[in-house]
Amino acid sequence: MIEEFKHLQAAHCENGVTTSLLRYYGVEQMTEPLAFGIGSGLFFIYIPLMKVNNGPAISFRTMPGMIFKRTCRSLNIPIIREKFSSREKAMRALNNRLSQGEPAACQVGVYYLPYFPKEYRFHFNAHNIIVVGREDDRYLISDPIMEQIATMTPYELERVRFARGPLAPKGQLYFPREKRKVTHEQMRTAILTGIKRNVRDMLYVPGNIAGVSGIRYTGKKIKKWRDRLGVEKSRSYLAQLVRMQEEIGTGGGGFRFIYAAFLQQAYEYFPDDGFMEISRQFTKAGDLWRNAAVQASGIYKGRLAGQEDYNTMGDYLLEIASLEKEAFTSLAGLLKKLK
Amino acid sequence: MKKEEIPQDPGALNKVTKEVSYAVDENGHYVTGLSTGWEVKIIALDVAWSDIEKKVKEADQKVRSGEASPLLLFMELNIMDIHILSAYTGFWKWQIRRHLKPAVFRKLSDKKLQRYAEAFEVSVKALKTGKPNDRGV
Repeated sequence: MIEEFKHLQAAHCENGVTTSLLRYYGVEQMTEPLAFGIGSGLFFIYIPLMKVNNGPAISFRTMPGMIFKRTCRSLNIPIIREKFSSREKAMRALNNRLSQGEPAACQVGVYYLPYFPKEYRFHFNAHNIIVVGREDDRYLISDPIMEQIATMTPYELERVRFARGPLAPKGQLYFPREKRKVTHEQMRTAILTGIKRNVRDMLYVPGNIAGVSGIRYTGKKIKKWRDRLGVEKSRSYLAQLVRMQEEIGTGGGGFRFIYAAFLQQAYEYFPDDGFMEISRQFTKAGDLWRNAAVQASGIYKGRLAGQEDYNTMGDYLLEIASLEKEAFTSLAGLLKKLK
Repeated sequence: MKKEEIPQDPGALNKVTKEVSYAVDENGHYVTGLSTGWEVKIIALDVAWSDIEKKVKEADQKVRSGEASPLLLFMELNIMDIHILSAYTGFWKWQIRRHLKPAVFRKLSDKKLQRYAEAFEVSVKALKTGKPNDRGV
């Protein structure tokens, strides 16, 4: 295994990969919340008409790959990202990296991921791991979800790197090109850029399906689900909403707690009480998402079945939408003040 | 969420790892803690799997009654739709639609069946008999 590489367990895979790779490549300041915030990870989108596993297509975070890309770009760290047409080339490129003693991140599918429990193995192709070495014909894997280093045989690794279907990783490898130190001033600029972009994504994306208007849109939709889809299907839909909200390790808050943690860490770079205050607003939003999930579970467990229960659920989202709108508007104001 | 509220219900992931969660401590500062799982999410996952089981049962019935080829059963067992199966096997979608007909499926060569068998991680024999646990060659 590559020496000096420190396995890091994280709440979310792409944050985790970004953080450990950047730390390995010299950015000692990096933490999971900072990677998430600088990468403008917080998002919401409901894509109508599109179906994922026969349920609604909803996401609580930005597109796969963006957190790594934006965080590196904001810190002026050049990255290399390669896709491969052949499996042989893909494995050779990885082996070359490892023999130079360098780690590489891979985008993989989770369906054939051997160390995941069966319950989590859906056809989801945007999981991120770092390959950190090879021992006795097994690859050593730093998977941010896992407490310990995991392993895979060459066949298993090749298979998840070439998972097929939506977001197929095509053997993708990525990593920073070289070791670089990042100054305090660079961190400050990157934090502001990340916040600015996140304000844009949550408040100013045109249309009504993304950002806070997307949350409001979904809230209104949910109120109609019972009549439109019938009880059984709307239960499955709500379960899907909660699964997307939670993914793995967001503590139920749909990434809002991680964002709130980011703002607290931003305070260390900009000692303005505004950050702490707005962080509290995001904690409140995360708590509301949690309550909404509990309400949803009442419905999909079958304990709640009336239209009023769907109304309550929808109202949660409307309340969250206005809370987050307020929080992001305050953030925009804080940015102006700091400039 | 306060640190002591980090859920500690017995989830499926807990068999292999605990999950990192962010929560505030008594001074309002964010810290991380480990969670074994959350009932709300565990049941959401159960709902997803019971939907899948239902589709598997329906597929099984269709295969038994001769309405569909065993391919349908394996697709549902692997949570695959025609799009994903086409991506894994290299067959065109219209080919897969044909292979879902029992009469067409019966005439498929072992070579073609092998492509399906690999995607489903079963033997060609299992594929032919429609018995997922048939590990024979």
